[in-house]
Amino acid sequence: MSRPDPLEGVRPAPPPEPFADQVRRRQRQRALIMALLLGAFVILVYAISLVRMGMGE
Amino acid sequence: MTTVTASTDTALPADWRDLLALTKPRVMSLVVFTALCGLLVAPVNIHPVLGFTAILCIALGAGAAAALNMWYEADLDAFMKRTASRPLPAGRMDRQTALHFGVGLSFFSVILMGVATNWLAAAILAVSILFYVIVYTVWLKRRTPQNIVIGGAAGAFPPLIGWAAATGDVATLPILLFALIFLWTPPHFWALSLFVRSDYAAAGVPMLPVVAGPKATRLQIVLYTLPMAAAAVAPWPLGLTGPLYGVAAAALSLVFLVLSLRVLANKATEPKGMKPEKQLFAYSILYLFTIFGALVADRWLLS
Repeated sequence: MSRPDPLEGVRPAPPPEPFADQVRRRQRQRALIMALLLGAFVILVYAISLVRMGMGE
Repeated sequence: MTTVTASTDTALPADWRDLLALTKPRVMSLVVFTALCGLLVAPVNIHPVLGFTAILCIALGAGAAAALNMWYEADLDAFMKRTASRPLPAGRMDRQTALHFGVGLSFFSVILMGVATNWLAAAILAVSILFYVIVYTVWLKRRTPQNIVIGGAAGAFPPLIGWAAATGDVATLPILLFALIFLWTPPHFWALSLFVRSDYAAAGVPMLPVVAGPKATRLQIVLYTLPMAAAAVAPWPLGLTGPLYGVAAAALSLVFLVLSLRVLANKATEPKGMKPEKQLFAYSILYLFTIFGALVADRWLLS
């Protein structure tokens, strides 16, 4: 169980995230999503190929 | 000389949530649903993987068209309360990113559709994207109050594409579904534009209520509801659907007509007195979902 912070409301707010860190964070997020989408795309193309070969095309 | 400097937000890489917002996910849900229904009522059973891919391509194509629409209309969106918080007018993304995203997604969706299903479906998908972006967004929207009458065709393509993806051709039933959405669009949008008229006026968009006033718009809503109801019911007497769809379409269209007559009877010019218009707008969305749902139920339960 955590104790109440005696300095809550007195302690200054954390400094804003530096610009370079924000850029890196967004790049990481987008790279992760792009990797997931590319992975899903590869699986989809694989499945489409199997279905079309099964149809005799 | 004016120097334009990028704000901190636009200097950052776009957040993925803003890229997603460019695709207008809420509008996409109706597009996906009508496309899925077009695919499901086709007389040919498409393989689930290909069916899924076709619907995915239609969703991506709709998202691409929406992104290109937001890219072109960023200046208009900034003037309207309803759209001012979108990624571009809010300054969270630069326009070039939206353009690249929209063009890339357009090509991707059309090519994948062609490879996975057939090139007729891919061609109709390409036409629908081009129609929405070039004919509606660039050409008509800022020039004529008939913008959504003609531009409404862009939103009417999905069931046609779904059908074409399954069968490889186009038949009477998907053409009637196209006509239904085409004729549904004006009453749907004019009901909305009546109570957000000041937004459109501020942005200089010549929507019918801005140019011709509420009275003429209300009359046009009723006049378009009549052929819309005829297009909705037509598949039944033509023998393309069964009685389940026919009765549902007739009942739902009758309610639509009653609500549009209540709009015609309303004399309010301020949004706070436009309850009938808000009801018709909300009902019009439910109407399209339900009528397409009835179509699929008719095909699958009675066949």
